[in-house]
Amino acid sequence: MELIYAVLVQPFVDMYLDPLIFIETVIKGLMAGVLYSLVALGFVLIFKASGVFNFAQGVMALFAALTLTGIMEYLPDGLPKWLSVIVALGATVVIMILLAVIIERVVLRPLVNQELIILFMATLGLSYVLEGAGDLMWGSDVKVLDIGLPTDIWDIGGVYVEQLDVTAAVAAGSLVAVLAIFFTKTRIGRALRAVADDHQAALSVGISLQQIWVIVWSVAGIVALVAGIMWGSKSGVQFSLSLIALKALPVLILGGFTSIPGAIIGGLIIGLGEKVVEVFWYSVHGGAVENWFAFMLALAFLMFRPQGLFGDKIIERV
Amino acid sequence: MAEAKVIESGGSPGASGSVDTRTIGAPVLAVENIVVKFGGVTAINDVSFDVREGEIRAIIGPNGAGKSSMLNVLNGFYKPQTGKIHFAGETFPSMDPHFAASHGIARTFQNIALFRGMSTLDNLMTGRMLKMNRNFFWQCLYFGPAQKEEMENRAHVEKVIDFLEIQPIRRTPVGRLPYGLQKRVELGRALAMDPDILLLDEPMAGMNVEEKEDMSRFIMDVNEEFGTTVILIEHDMGVVMDLSDRVVVLDYGVKIADGTPDEVRANQNVIDAYLGVSHD
Repeated sequence: MELIYAVLVQPFVDMYLDPLIFIETVIKGLMAGVLYSLVALGFVLIFKASGVFNFAQGVMALFAALTLTGIMEYLPDGLPKWLSVIVALGATVVIMILLAVIIERVVLRPLVNQELIILFMATLGLSYVLEGAGDLMWGSDVKVLDIGLPTDIWDIGGVYVEQLDVTAAVAAGSLVAVLAIFFTKTRIGRALRAVADDHQAALSVGISLQQIWVIVWSVAGIVALVAGIMWGSKSGVQFSLSLIALKALPVLILGGFTSIPGAIIGGLIIGLGEKVVEVFWYSVHGGAVENWFAFMLALAFLMFRPQGLFGDKIIERV
Repeated sequence: MAEAKVIESGGSPGASGSVDTRTIGAPVLAVENIVVKFGGVTAINDVSFDVREGEIRAIIGPNGAGKSSMLNVLNGFYKPQTGKIHFAGETFPSMDPHFAASHGIARTFQNIALFRGMSTLDNLMTGRMLKMNRNFFWQCLYFGPAQKEEMENRAHVEKVIDFLEIQPIRRTPVGRLPYGLQKRVELGRALAMDPDILLLDEPMAGMNVEEKEDMSRFIMDVNEEFGTTVILIEHDMGVVMDLSDRVVVLDYGVKIADGTPDEVRANQNVIDAYLGVSHD
């Protein structure tokens, strides 16, 4: 009886009694969710265009953040801050695009027409290569990533909001808006959707799969860079960053592997759920739910809605 | 109802009666001694034939004869182990899908291969992909030259839509369309490419009589009005015999006959292949 009360009644009473804390938790959760969404977005892009589950997406975020901090260290100190940030960002974007070209040449092209599980294994290998390359080039210390994002805390009527979180949300929002326009309005975007729908038909109208893959991996690389910057600014650039890829998995199961809005909403739900359950159901579980809550939620979804919230329902004729 | 085309029995293509006003030119595409093997299975064994400009060329044969494989060789999906392809004044060991598409070869598929999530209009616009060359930068901004180009290509696509009489379904996602219309949209996407050579893999499979008549009419109109060369795989013998100028017959990957519909109809090998005699 006491347990039922603690699970079903007490948390809601708390929420009602302390609305400021509740609002703050919700905001915090949504902001964390934005970061999950960013990582999941990179997965969705590549999965849609090639059916490949890119295990290296998390490491790509790490690699991008490492490269960015590495380049900023090498720039002369005399440079004004804003200039060095722009130079380093530009250089990192170029490196991420180069990386996409190399991945297409070295990994994807030789494996064309192979089983998807083989491509998945290749991305698994790729993640180790990238992690090693990042370590080799920039060292394995935890680095501080400071590109001048605001770090203050706003006090809005008693609710504390970190400016960095707001920046992340704005960045993610604009990224999604740009991607949406890119996908629906441009010729390249149309080609991307075509490849996602049917490889053979895309080839028959003269779309070059190689070119599309380079573009998709470049875009995923840039999304990874944004995710890397946000996570890096929050908690330093360290190798555990690559583990956020694992958090993206439940997000994808929730949102559906092929849906961009799904990745966003899935990330928000998981971020929100994690924080709210952590704070308001504390007396039930005693803390540390953030590590497993997302996976529990994903498991529940797998039982009742395996295609996710927005994914394509798989109907097969037998 | 389509206007019937008269092909004189035994007559050479292009020289047929007054109804046919087309001019059939020199060969535009030819294959020579093509061999395609999948592991131990020989799908195509030493097949040669040519296709003349402006003609309708049919490839027929029983199931598993290698017809679709042949089409896949022609647009570069399959790389033959041996053999040559003569096309665009050059000789190649195999084709490349991108090269084929950019040199005027368009195709449809046996199992409809449309971009299911897109509208009819967007599907047709993908056919204009190679005609739109504005660089990436303008594409991203979607104004200036890129927008003008989009409009021009859109105008072309609208013509194809009028031609195929699919105005009412312009905005419909193609996944929701009935089968016959999907086939028509697929033809539309190929036509949007402004092809010189059109490869059609069973364009009438699974259609009812009325849909078949419509499709036959479209194929003949494309061929007559735009002078498009058509290479066609079809199982409906009535359609094949009515439409085509010359017919290649494949059986177990081997060419067993090649000629006008009447010659093919009278060929003993063809009769055996279709009616079935023991292969020993």
